[in-house]
Amino acid sequence: MTAAITEAPVYDNRIAFAEELIELARTDERIVAVCNDSVGSSNLTGFRDLYPDRLINVGIAEQDMVGIGAGLASAGMIPFVCAAAPFLTGRSLEQVKADVAYSQHNVILCGMSPGMAYGELGPTHHSVEDLSWLRALPGLDIVVPADRLQTRQAIRAAVESPRPSFIRVGRHKVPDVMPDDAPFERGRFGAIRDGNDVTIIATGTLVSRAIAAADALAAEGVSARVLNAAYIAPLDVTAITDAARQTGAIVTAEEANIAGGLGAAVASIVSQLEDGARVPLRILGLAEFAPTGSTDFLLEYFGLTAGDIVRAAKEATGRV
Amino acid sequence: MLDSDVARIASWRSTRDEFDSAPAKRRAEILADRARETRRSIVRMIAAAGQGHIGGDLSVTDILTTLFAGVLRIDPSNPDWAGRDRFILSKGHCAAALYSTLAHTGYFAESELDTFMQPLSALNGHPNRNKIPGVETNTGPLGHGMPVGVGTAIAAKLTKSGARTFVVLGDGEMQEGSNWEALMAGAHQKLDNLTIVVDRNRLQQGARTEDTNGLDPLDEKLASFGWEVREIDGHDYLALLDAFSPSTTGKPVAVIANTLKGKGVSFIEDRVEWHHKVPSAEQAQTALEELA
Repeated sequence: MTAAITEAPVYDNRIAFAEELIELARTDERIVAVCNDSVGSSNLTGFRDLYPDRLINVGIAEQDMVGIGAGLASAGMIPFVCAAAPFLTGRSLEQVKADVAYSQHNVILCGMSPGMAYGELGPTHHSVEDLSWLRALPGLDIVVPADRLQTRQAIRAAVESPRPSFIRVGRHKVPDVMPDDAPFERGRFGAIRDGNDVTIIATGTLVSRAIAAADALAAEGVSARVLNAAYIAPLDVTAITDAARQTGAIVTAEEANIAGGLGAAVASIVSQLEDGARVPLRILGLAEFAPTGSTDFLLEYFGLTAGDIVRAAKEATGRV
Repeated sequence: MLDSDVARIASWRSTRDEFDSAPAKRRAEILADRARETRRSIVRMIAAAGQGHIGGDLSVTDILTTLFAGVLRIDPSNPDWAGRDRFILSKGHCAAALYSTLAHTGYFAESELDTFMQPLSALNGHPNRNKIPGVETNTGPLGHGMPVGVGTAIAAKLTKSGARTFVVLGDGEMQEGSNWEALMAGAHQKLDNLTIVVDRNRLQQGARTEDTNGLDPLDEKLASFGWEVREIDGHDYLALLDAFSPSTTGKPVAVIANTLKGKGVSFIEDRVEWHHKVPSAEQAQTALEELA
């Protein structure tokens, strides 16, 4: 398994996103795409060629884009509002709050190329604040698919859902991490490995690294549970609570700012548990604007490799 | 979600039927009667709540009255009817005017207006579509209604529903950049089923618009953005009705409705301090007498 995850082929999730969107749109005329001059970067070229009337490119105007999405949803359409994640969430945050979450217009916000996928383009183009910002909005599902299968599942779930959602659609290539028959349930973490000594809760690009870490830990006699946090909201409180009570230590890992992201969400649960369940916790993420570097360089720079997860797990279990 | 008022809907329908077949003079009388009733509700609601935006409520009343009593194709007994015209109050702080208008259309019981801004009332200081039938989208932060209206207008084009969209904005609100994004998009998408109405009372919260961040020449700006501009007296019912007729040019329509903030109450009219000042009991009584 160790060899499998570190040497497995890797994929850009935007491809699975586009294929699934086109497939669903074939039979559901309510599906439209709205974008901000991002037909290429949102991988919507194929959709546009098949359904030109249903691709609404509003130009470089993100606030307008999200508001238009809300209007389309209110009139019975199913809008996929697609833009680079930093601009979709940062520039349009008030529209996401008022027009989508508070109004409960059923918009599917697709944050393309999230995290530090834009590497050398720098912090203006990184979306590491999105999880923190959006977690504060009630009524908005936050979904971070970890691989191709989950990207397809997240899109189908969003179309069937009666409520709005934000989906991170990854650009940085990742291996498949979920079995083909893995369920995809709203608000549930996916269980990848069971273990007794520590739980690693990872999301998005960090899931494959968590699996590699678990394999390395196993070789050292440490039994690590691996949970894939595909839903950041609603949060899988049961899985977190079970992890604390059953494994006694937790490590979280995310390509996001630690002020308010997955780790903070887990901490808010664990810190309020009963005596004996308020277990050691290590939160891996970033807390400052990134320097210049590729995505892989930055993940290493910020301590988000399998080796870093192994080290954190040993610390949390008192083995260092 | 509030329940509809069946008797009130019936009354609204019969007035609407009369309106549709009435000569111009009678139409104006019907609208004037309804607007007077709405203004009186607004004064009572704000005086009771001790909060509200009375100046803008009174300036926008004739616009709302004309739309709901004489223009919008809606069914208050079926607020979610897919083919309905869409109405969006982008200047959401003028919720009292909207709530009065919706109650007088029968979307909910008029007695509900007594709960305006009271604890746990459906009638928040800004409208919430998940609690109030007839509200299409939650507004309050400015610059949000027009983009949403562009979306509903595009949807009507895609589904060929024939529905029209009306968005009412404050003039100060036109300082928000998101509106200009939406103006570009509305023209580019050729949304001749979309009408925006700017409540041009020339006052914003702190001062005159032209002393704050000037909008003039607003007509030229809107025209240059590709809109069919109709500038009218926003308290002239027949002019409003005419301005709300469908586009004749294939372009979206922008109505500049020149209004008086505080219209109908002498001591409130055109006075900047009455943006959200609350009348005392005595002032409310005087206002109601002027609106009798």
